Amino acid sequence: MKRRDFLATGALAATLPWHARAAQPSPAGEVAASAWGSAELRQLGAWDAHAHVGTPGATPAKRMEYLVRIADRVGVERMCIFMSPPWQYEPTPEQFRKSNDDVLAVLKEWSSRAFGFVYLNPTHTRASLDELERCVADGPMVGIKLWVGCHCNRPELDPIVKRAAELDAIILQHTWIKQRGKGNLPQESTPMELAELSARHPGVPLICGHTGGGDWSLGIRAIRSRSEIHADLGGGDPVYGEVEMAVRELGAARVLYGSDVHGRSFASQLGRVLGANLTVAEKRLILRDNLVRLLRPALKRKGITV
Amino acid sequence: MERRRFLARAATVAAAPALLASTPPAPGALIDTNVSLGEWPTRRSWAGTPAQLASRLRQHGVTAAWAGTFDAVLHTDVAGINAQLSAACAREGDGRFFLPFGTINPLLPDWEDDLRRCHEVLHLPGLRLYPNYHGYSLDDRRFATLLAGAARRGLFVQISLSMEDDRSQNPVFTASPVNAAPLLDLLPKVPGARVMLLNCSSRVLGPGNPLLAKLAKAGVWFETATLEGVAGISSLLDKLPDLRLAFGSHAPYYYFEAALLKLQESPLTPAQLAAVRHGHARAALASA
Repeated sequence: MKRRDFLATGALAATLPWHARAAQPSPAGEVAASAWGSAELRQLGAWDAHAHVGTPGATPAKRMEYLVRIADRVGVERMCIFMSPPWQYEPTPEQFRKSNDDVLAVLKEWSSRAFGFVYLNPTHTRASLDELERCVADGPMVGIKLWVGCHCNRPELDPIVKRAAELDAIILQHTWIKQRGKGNLPQESTPMELAELSARHPGVPLICGHTGGGDWSLGIRAIRSRSEIHADLGGGDPVYGEVEMAVRELGAARVLYGSDVHGRSFASQLGRVLGANLTVAEKRLILRDNLVRLLRPALKRKGITV
Repeated sequence: MERRRFLARAATVAAAPALLASTPPAPGALIDTNVSLGEWPTRRSWAGTPAQLASRLRQHGVTAAWAGTFDAVLHTDVAGINAQLSAACAREGDGRFFLPFGTINPLLPDWEDDLRRCHEVLHLPGLRLYPNYHGYSLDDRRFATLLAGAARRGLFVQISLSMEDDRSQNPVFTASPVNAAPLLDLLPKVPGARVMLLNCSSRVLGPGNPLLAKLAKAGVWFETATLEGVAGISSLLDKLPDLRLAFGSHAPYYYFEAALLKLQESPLTPAQLAAVRHGHARAALASA
């Protein structure tokens, strides 16, 4: 398929309920209908809070084209994208700028399907603030991604959080708890540290990336008392119980579907929400409505209506 | 259950593998090669009973499921556990939905009799092994002896490389993932051995992983429960078209829907889809 044809098809597809695109009279189509359960959810169009465009392709836009093609198969309508590969644990300003350039290149062609989050390393505070201006204040991005460059309870994050709040840019902070924290990378954050940061910035919404990862039961506990922190479910194994516990302890309005593609599949992370013992209304919040609500102020600033 | 009735049901179960292998598959057949009965010690389960597990699987189109039991990981009364598993599988529906895979721990005294009973008394189609929880590696000579014994008896062998993410295990209940590499040396020395690796994770199941290519060449089967990545199944089959990749869910430890949607996520040809859904699983048991 020529690129122009594909883009036209993609643009058309984006206006259709996803099941009309993906469902086929075949075992694969039966899978889609069965897994999603209700017609309401099949027509929803999920918003994915956590995606990386590391899929095959010669250019960032080509990589996104592939990702969109697969997203269409499983009912994912929009993705928050950040951190174009290659990844560095503690990136220099030059490295995170290059990564953000790739995301900007994707957004030029795929703004109908992707929202960009600027990747920063707070260790380089001044450069991070400058990059925030370039990509969010003066650019098309709507959020911030922080990974493992700096523990998130450090004071270097404070000016970034303040400026993010001024720009209505939501911050997604990676967190993980490996071997009860003993196995974490040197600068890798935990949900407990994110709760500390949140306490210094009451009222500023934050997203707890992975919610502690495999040890999500600790992560959920750690952010429970901070109502500003939302739980991103993505990136871990689809172990039964996480979604139910998150909804029970945080409320469905604080829980977000995120896939962490390309390392993860859309399927395993969607499946944990669809398979959870929740109401359709709760699943709808997690799969789409909560992220719409969180992004709306930033989107409004950009003149993007959804 | 009366002994006579139990034996009659067990006979039905014993016949199931051959039946599954010889009957043409229904167009929508779906065989889950990786489910477990019971509860994992550190997690709640959405399937408190085999009937609940079967109901959910059937609801999503599963036509047969290869079942181990979480009890097999820690219990040392292996014969008792295997008998309970066999009986539980026989009780569900017409006794053909769950295919019981008993366990053997080759470090336990007189494990050879456990193996004999799996074959001669319970008529199981195969075994499911948990080397990391049972305390041996795949280069252990006792494992080689077990594999040879299973091969002589025509038993298919599943080896679980992990049960949960080792980064998130309870500190008092840990087990490192099993290293599958020793199989490369061992399999050529054990004629007739048929092996499927469960829960391989990205340590093995990566399109560019040289170990995966070597294991595939050695004839090993794999399943999808821990296969990740965008369009993970098709990405893998693009690199290794002949890979014996069967559908597996690791339910109920995982949400079953996570596995099901992987079939939707990957663009597969009808032949590839059929092979993953049921073809490789059927062939695995048919080749006994």
